[in-house]
Parts: sequence; structure tokens; C-alpha cells
Amino acid sequence: MKMPSPTRRHFIGGLLGSASFWLYSDHKVWADALAVGNAGPYAPRYFNKEEWRFLNAACERIYPTDAHGPGARGLGAPEFIDRQMDTAYGRGELWYMSGPFVSAPANLGYQLSLPPREVYRQGIAGADAYVRAHHDGRSFADLEAAEQTAVLKEFEHGEMALGAVPAHLLFEQLRQNTLEGVFSDPLYGGNKGLAGWTLLGFPGARADFMDWVNQEGAAYPFGPVSISGETA
Amino acid sequence: MTTKKTDAIVIGAGWAGSILAKELTEAGLSVTILERGEDRATAVEGDYPTSIDELRGAIRHRLFQNLSQSTVTIRNTTDQVAVPYRRLAAFLPGEGVGGAGLHWSGVHFRVAPDDLALRTNVIAKYGKNFIPEGMNLQDYDVTYEELEPFFDKAEKVFGTSGEPYTIKGKVAGTGNPFAPDRSDAFPLPAMKDVYSASIFKKAAANVGYHPYSLPAANASAQYTNPYGVQMGPCNFCGYCSGYDCYMYSKASPNVNILPALRQDPKFTLITKAHVLKVDLDSDGKKATGVTYLDLRTNQEVQLKADLVIISAFQFHNVHLMLLSGIGEPYDPVKNTGTIGRNFVYQTITTSRAWLPSKQYTNLFVGAGGAGVAIDDFNSMNFDHGPLGFVGGSPVWVNQAGVKPIAAAIGGPGGKAPTWGEGYKDAMVETYRHSLTIDAHGSNMAYRDIYLDLDPTYKNAYGQPLLRMTFTWKDNDIRMNQYVVSKIEPIMKELGATRYALGTLHANDVFDTRRYQTTHLGGGAVMGADPKTSAINRYLQSWDVSNVFVIGASAFPQGMGYNPTGMVAALAYWAAYHIRTTYLKNPGPMVQA
Ligand SMILES: Cc1cc2nc3c(=O)[nH]c(=O)nc-3n(C[C@H](O)[C@H](O)[C@H](O)COP(=O)(O)OP(=O)(O)OC[C@H]3O[C@@H](n4cnc5c(N)ncnc54)[C@H](O)[C@@H]3O)c2cc1C
Ligand code: SF4
Repeated sequence: MKMPSPTRRHFIGGLLGSASFWLYSDHKVWADALAVGNAGPYAPRYFNKEEWRFLNAACERIYPTDAHGPGARGLGAPEFIDRQMDTAYGRGELWYMSGPFVSAPANLGYQLSLPPREVYRQGIAGADAYVRAHHDGRSFADLEAAEQTAVLKEFEHGEMALGAVPAHLLFEQLRQNTLEGVFSDPLYGGNKGLAGWTLLGFPGARADFMDWVNQEGAAYPFGPVSISGETA
Repeated sequence: MTTKKTDAIVIGAGWAGSILAKELTEAGLSVTILERGEDRATAVEGDYPTSIDELRGAIRHRLFQNLSQSTVTIRNTTDQVAVPYRRLAAFLPGEGVGGAGLHWSGVHFRVAPDDLALRTNVIAKYGKNFIPEGMNLQDYDVTYEELEPFFDKAEKVFGTSGEPYTIKGKVAGTGNPFAPDRSDAFPLPAMKDVYSASIFKKAAANVGYHPYSLPAANASAQYTNPYGVQMGPCNFCGYCSGYDCYMYSKASPNVNILPALRQDPKFTLITKAHVLKVDLDSDGKKATGVTYLDLRTNQEVQLKADLVIISAFQFHNVHLMLLSGIGEPYDPVKNTGTIGRNFVYQTITTSRAWLPSKQYTNLFVGAGGAGVAIDDFNSMNFDHGPLGFVGGSPVWVNQAGVKPIAAAIGGPGGKAPTWGEGYKDAMVETYRHSLTIDAHGSNMAYRDIYLDLDPTYKNAYGQPLLRMTFTWKDNDIRMNQYVVSKIEPIMKELGATRYALGTLHANDVFDTRRYQTTHLGGGAVMGADPKTSAINRYLQSWDVSNVFVIGASAFPQGMGYNPTGMVAALAYWAAYHIRTTYLKNPGPMVQA
């Protein structure tokens, strides 16, 4: 049985109530959109309500919805990140985390005592405080898309402290995890409907290219398959 | 503390350790490998399709060293305070049975013979003044002719695919014309060239270079090696680097050696056994065995042995020597001691060509060892006289299978956005229509680049971490820039719509945040002079004669080629001399 594409469901879910929704409203889409309603939106386990709003907005600006298809939200990148927070990675258990923690030139790598989950906890609070101070009391998620992008650009190379986190480190964390969520196997909660892979033409877990070693530059013709066998 | 006894202890179950353990059991010794990580089997770590998982594999580093227990500290210069390498990035040491040999790529070279006596050759050709101040250029004290049988043996064990140039002095194929003569063909024919490698091959030939298909420890056909173990044909799945090959096609200690060894009653493998130090007798001249921590019980165990093989990977080898007091630690100020001296790496930079939109490079197709290279600018294959630097780089298209997370994080390249608006368009173009060309070059040794024990940071067992003092030097930066300039004509010839050349820049410092290679070398180098080398030509410690130190730690300088072919040949070379000479009459094999 072919599962209805979760990407489409989420994507459409995002459009519900907007004018563009009606452009997609054939019967199948209706059914899919309703199914989303039944399943309910993903409820974050690690991030609190404010953090979750920030994360959704920031991920979407890093990997936006556009003519190519869904952005990070539709692909489930925020869900992916939330789920990663409760892994060895999120808890910093894959890293050397003994002190002393000293500041060093950037090229010598990460030197904070914070695991990813703390980078987000402190960084997002700091980022929202920073945005409120500079944007008449609004939080990041309440800014217009263009303003959000401008803020992220400031953070990207910014040294300002967001909590204990230098802005560029929060940005780097966000960018890396967003792209991981967009392009990893859907097993981890992102890449819904394999739409991240479809964009690039990556065939997922096929992992057998005996006949495609050299086809003189022709495009590989098969769509992606996930580890669980989902196709797109 | 428990005490036990075996004839020989081998520290680490990677390539070097597995080869030594196999050879020593063949010689009739009881051999115990102590491996700090888990046991690993392709049926588990390589299980399809769950192993085809980039997040768990190459991104979260499933098979690599867990830095939370132990890492190194790094600084660029001696006046800095070194800080821990907290997250894996620049280099990716292995852990668990197979070591980095389980998750390597498989580019399987011999050596450029000139590199074995680089000091002698450079002086003969360009004079002593050609060597820059502060560069510790040295010879290996072993010749290619001496090593050839062991390169041959390693290729047969690994099931290496390749195209020869000459065999016994006669042209026998269309392989690398700069490659040294061979006693026999490769066990398997060369891997097929993927599309991007094939157009590189054509373009490089048109420019007047000498392209050849890379020798690869990826099996181009079904194969049974001399130990009776089998490999299946590689299907270019692209999951070599960072993964256990689910097709049993990539050579690994796990597939190519250990199945034979595990059946030998004289062989014991103890996993989760972290060796803390080699134990020495009261005058420090002989090893009595090792002390290891049983990570399952948290108990220290003393294992006694007549022979100790340190084969724990390049920098772990040096670390263990320093922790054990084998040899004199190197002091860069006084220029004395040898343990930690001549620590080297490799230079690598990547250039990219974008092709017209009707040409797809299908970057996800590939095998870790496959591709096409040129050696025109490697080793001493070109005239360095007017250039004023030592060393060189092979240049290649080595499309090992590019996966989407790594590609996305790396970004589309050139001046394209790395996120937000415009990012997707650029990523699509790069992922579907580009190819990359690497200059993968040498790195010389310098007086102030070295390894020692860190004064501050400790591992989970309370021992000082190893400290790396490392940065790029002018000689190697200029070498890289020169070789990359020679890529430009290829870019023009292969019909790129645009291209970006990647080079090192003057005054670049070593950046630990970006993957370069896991081809670290030196620190316990081989040579003829105990003042400038830690081990003799048989890889035997000058100071403690029943300790042999096997690995890229023996390289006096970083070469242009990938190291493992040379590591394996040195392992078989050392084993041969242990078996034929040392065991008959234990003691120093070369008089200091
Ligand atoms: C991603 C990647 C790609 C690579 N690709 C290539 C390539 O294409 N071509 C090439 O030539 N080389 C390549 N290499 C390098 C190659 O993997 C190494 O050169 C090779 O594995 C070295 O063999 P070794 O036996 O010295 O060390 P390893 O294979 O790493 O084995 C060392 C073992 O010792 C164990 N150990 C360490 N310390 C202790 C201790 N204190 N107690 C007990 N056990 C210990 C480790 O856990 C490990 O299992 C690659 C490496 C990586 C990471
Ligand atoms: S590319 Fe070939 S050798 Fe590498 S993992 Fe896939 S099948 Fe194995």
C-alpha cells in the first residue's frame, strides 16, 4: 500500500484557510488535509511553546517554502530537531565535555560547555530577548519573513551574546540541524514525503548503482526510497 | 588487578594490528589483540537497509571514536594554549574492531619510491640549501625494492582493483606511468570510472597529463583472498567512507583478515579493553606486557607478554609511547628526543566544476576508492628547481558517493547562498551537475610541529591527553597553490560552465572544524638514526627492543598518497623480519 505523502499533508495543512488552499482542493487533498487534522500537529517534547515558535520560524527562513516545494516546516525539520534533543547527540554525550572551558581562536573549534539542547535553550531565549529589544517588543516568530531573515543574517556572523551563546554559534546550530532534518531519512521525523531528497535527485536507500556507474551524463531515473520502504 | 600471560600482545584491531596478529599466529605464537571498542561485524553494522543512513553514519559518527572518553588537544603554535578537539570534524579516528579500516574509503596506493628517500633525493637534485630552515626532511631507511613483495601481499589480501603500468619491467597496462614497477598484476581489474571521472580522464589526457584509474580496495569482481575469505562485487552504492560495506566489497580487517584469525585457537580478541600503558621492566629496556582497563568491569588488568605490538593508529601510537615512557619525548626547543617529533598531516583542497544542465554527475553514485587521478605533480615527478618547494600532490576525481546532508551543509559552493532564498536553486545545480577535483598532497615535517602530552586536559581514565601543535607552513601552502594552478587547464578542457579553484592561502592556519583527511602521520618515525627516529627500519623501538610500533606514525613526512597501502606494506615487512630474524634471536635488529 502506498502511504499518502506526509509532505503533501503537512504542506497542505499549512495552507488550510489561506486563499491558495483552494487551488489545491481536489478530493484527495481534502482527505489528506483532514487526516492531518485528526493526527494533530506534532507536540514538542523538549522545546517549550515560545522556543517552538522561534524554532519553526527560524528553520523555515533557513530552508523556505518556495516554487521548489515545501520548506523546513513542511518537511518536519523542527520535529526532527526536537527529537534529536533527547539523544546522545542532543545531550552532548558524543563530545569531549570536560573542562576547563576556555575561549580560543575560532579555528580551534567549539569550546563551550553547552550541549546542543542547552545551546538552544539559552540561545533562543537570548535571541528572542535581543529581537524584542530591537523590534519594538515583538519576538522573532512575530516578525515579518524579511525581518526574520535580516535578523538571522545578523546572527550568522554576529559575536553578540545570546544568553551564553555567541550569535554565530546559535545560527550554525540552527542551520546544521535544519539541513539535517530536511535531508535525513524520514525515520528521524524530518524529510517528510522524502521531499528533501526529491529536490536534489538523491535516491535514498537504493544504494545499488551497478548499472549507473557511467551513463554518459544521463539523469538517474528513479525516485527516492526510505529505509522503511516509503517512496516518493 | 588480574594478571595473565600471552606470547604477544597487539594493541588495536585495525589494519596494522590485524596484520601483525595474523602473521604472529602463523609463526606459532599465542596472540592477544586488545581493542578498546566494541566487536563489529558487517552483518550488524553493515545490515541493509538500516546501514544506509547518513545521519547515524557519517553525521553522528556511529563507527568513529567517541571523544567523550578521550580526545586530543590542539593548538597552532607553541605560544598558544591548546584546547580540546571536542567534536569530530577535521579527522575521524576509528574505534572498535576494524578500527578506521572498517569505515575508510579504500583508495589503495603503494608509495612513490622517491618519497622513501626524500631527503637524499632532494639534496642530490637541488642541493642542501633547497631545504627550508626548520624543515626536518628525512629518509625512511627502507627501499621500494625491499617493500615490493609486501605491497604485493597486501594488495592480494585486500583484493585490490587496479590497472598496472609495468610488471617486471615490461609495460603491461594503461595504469599510472609514474607508478613503480610491480612483481605481479593487481588481483582484480580496475574499478569502472564513474561519469565525472571519465570526463576528467579525457580532459586531463587532452591537456597532456597522464590520467589513470585509482587503485581501489573495493572489489571490481567477486574475489577470494589468500586467507580464503570472500568479497562480493562493489555496486557503487557510495557508502564506503564512514560506513561498513554491506556488500562485503570494501576491504576491511573485519572482512579480509579477522574471519581467518578468529578460527585460530592461538588467537584471542579482547574488546572493550583500553590499554593504559605498556609496562616496562625496572631499567626501562624491556616491555613486560601491558596494563589495560576492562571497560565492562572497570577493572585494571595486567597482561604479560614477550612481545608488544603498538598498532593503535598514528597518534594513539605516539600517545601510548609517551604514557609508557618508551623513548625520549621530543623537545622542540632543545631539538632532542624523538617521540612526538615529525608530526605530519596532508594538505587537501577541493575545486569544483559545474557542467551544462543537460549533464548529470549523479554525485551519489561512487565507490570510496574509485576515480581517476594524475601523478604529474606528485612526489618528485616534476621539476621543483624553479618552484622552490618540496613535495607534491596527486590530483583526482574521487567521487566516493556524496550524500545529501553533507552536501547541504557544505553548501552549493562558489558565491551562492548557503541558506535562505536562492539556496535551493544553487544546491540543485551543484548536486545534480557538478563534480569535484581534489589536490591531495604532501605535508612536510617541521621542528615546531609535534606531539606531546597536554599539561591540563585528561581522558576519562585520568591520563593526560595527547597535544597536537600543528599548522600549515609556507612550503606546503605554495606546493598546494602550484598544483591547483595545474587543475585550471583541465577545468577549461572538460567543458565546465564555471569553476571554483580551492587552494590553501598564505598564512592559513589549520582549522579543526572542517573535515580534511584522517591521514595523520609521523610522531614515531622510522629511520637510520636514533637521534631523529623513534623506531628502526623494522619498526622496532630503538629503546625497548621487544616493542614494535606499526602505523602511519612511522612516516617521516606526509606523502601525497593515502597512507593505508603503505601502512599495510610496512606491517607485513615488519612482521616478516620479526618472524625470520627477531623471534630466533630477540633483541635489537639494528645496532644504534
Ligand atoms: C573516513 C575515512 C576514510 C579513509 N579513507 C582512506 C583511503 O581511502 N585510503 C587510505 O589509504 N586511507 C584511508 N583512511 C585512513 C585509514 O583508515 C587508516 O590509515 C588505517 O585504518 C590505519 O590503520 P591502523 O591499523 O593504523 O589504525 P586503525 O585502523 O584506526 O586501528 C587502530 C585501532 O586501535 C584501537 N585503539 C586505539 N587506542 C587504543 C588503546 N589505548 N587500547 C586499545 N585499543 C586502542 C582503536 O580503537 C582502533 O580500532 C581513511 C580514514 C577515514 C576515517
Ligand atoms: S561503494 Fe562498493 S565498496 Fe563501497 S560500500 Fe558500496 S558496495 Fe561497498
